[in-house]
Amino acid sequence: MTMNNLFGYKERDTWLNHTTGTAKLVGFLAISTMGMISYDTRFLLALGVLAIALMKMAQIKYHEYALMLKLVLVFAVINLVMVTVLAPQYGTQLYGTHHALFGSGYWTITQEQVFYEFNLLLKYLFSLPLAIILLFTTNPSEFAAGLNKIGVPYKIAYSFAITLRYIPDVQSDYHTISLAQQARGYEISKKASLLARSKGAVQIILPLVFTSLDRIETISQAMELRRFGREKKRSWYQEQAFSKRDILVFVGSIGVIVIGVGLLIVNGGRLYNPFQ
Amino acid sequence: MNTKKKSQGFSVRSVVATGIGAAVFFVLMKFIAIPTGIPNTTINLAEGWLALIAGLFGPVVGLLVGFIGHTLNDAVTYGSPWWSWVIADGIFGLLLGLGKKYLALEYGNLSTKKLIQFNIWQAISNVIVWFIIAPIGDILIYKEAAQKVFLQGAVTAVVNTVSVAIIGSLLLVAYVKSRPKKNSLRNE
Repeated sequence: MTMNNLFGYKERDTWLNHTTGTAKLVGFLAISTMGMISYDTRFLLALGVLAIALMKMAQIKYHEYALMLKLVLVFAVINLVMVTVLAPQYGTQLYGTHHALFGSGYWTITQEQVFYEFNLLLKYLFSLPLAIILLFTTNPSEFAAGLNKIGVPYKIAYSFAITLRYIPDVQSDYHTISLAQQARGYEISKKASLLARSKGAVQIILPLVFTSLDRIETISQAMELRRFGREKKRSWYQEQAFSKRDILVFVGSIGVIVIGVGLLIVNGGRLYNPFQ
Repeated sequence: MNTKKKSQGFSVRSVVATGIGAAVFFVLMKFIAIPTGIPNTTINLAEGWLALIAGLFGPVVGLLVGFIGHTLNDAVTYGSPWWSWVIADGIFGLLLGLGKKYLALEYGNLSTKKLIQFNIWQAISNVIVWFIIAPIGDILIYKEAAQKVFLQGAVTAVVNTVSVAIIGSLLLVAYVKSRPKKNSLRNE
């Protein structure tokens, strides 16, 4: 498995592909942070629509992200059910009013509760298209350069680059070790008992841990020899100059932040309350 | 030629340990899980690895490995990182990293007493992180219902404590066994 299909990155000829990683990273962080803070339904819906429109523009096909979408939906449903069971009056508590729909006593389901959970669902879902765009249209190596550009110290950005670079290697190590151990009779599939599976997993991670620790030594010596970390700055191979597109993305992100903050002030808090 | 510039802050070895550490953390979190028998609850091998790497390289590396590894896993699995839990995992790495000097794993001497103390410390860290920091983050950042997040936190704290107690201790012991003991060279 290569890194490209792990993150779903593919070269596509759309404007989102040509935008630099830095701009997309800033846009993603700005919009998802605002969406995280705000509980304004109108704002979240608008962001969701914007995100879906952008995903259409990026020409990402449904089958490419179907698995992710299903996982998020399962995650969302489990969480919503948990909230309903454990805190059925939480909506009333948040919005301060009580409009019963059905049920009684502890199990009274109120309009506030339904509305709150709808907001929660929006929050779980709205940023998925944005993340998909970011992952699917950005060359992984651009992330490190992008992080450094937005102010993350370059050593940390470089660690991140190493992570992205070595995930496929660690994966293939894991695969090789797993096959070797299975050939020696360790069963790790669902057919085996719990104890046998745990033993099998341990037999796989021990060699994986030791090869990885050796790898740390080898790579750090190689980097030391090439004088990594001597200077206060470094340049990046994948770094790109900003173009008009990037400026537009920045302006758009600022626009979203301004609207989001404006709504916080208008609503007098994070919640949008239609019940008053 | 002679101007010796000392590289500041983060050493090269820490940079690489963070990078590789996060890569292994990611792979373990995503691909290997031992089921416990309770649905949706697995023994998390990644946290055991985090315990070893934090114990070897200290709190900063621990923090970054937890943070980067968890962010990537969330991003690839769910689309976007769930920040309160990402931060919690980072702090977990940081807390475990504080034991680096005391454990002194590289010198190949891990007494039973130290192993027990390590396990007490990791249990405390797990409770702090999953039962206090993560749920409070959920409430502050995401306005989730308290009853729900504290239940989730409690389950996670217990499961992770068990995971680290088994896998973490096992990795520490295996690592120490592979190292030569201090003062193991003798004059003949």
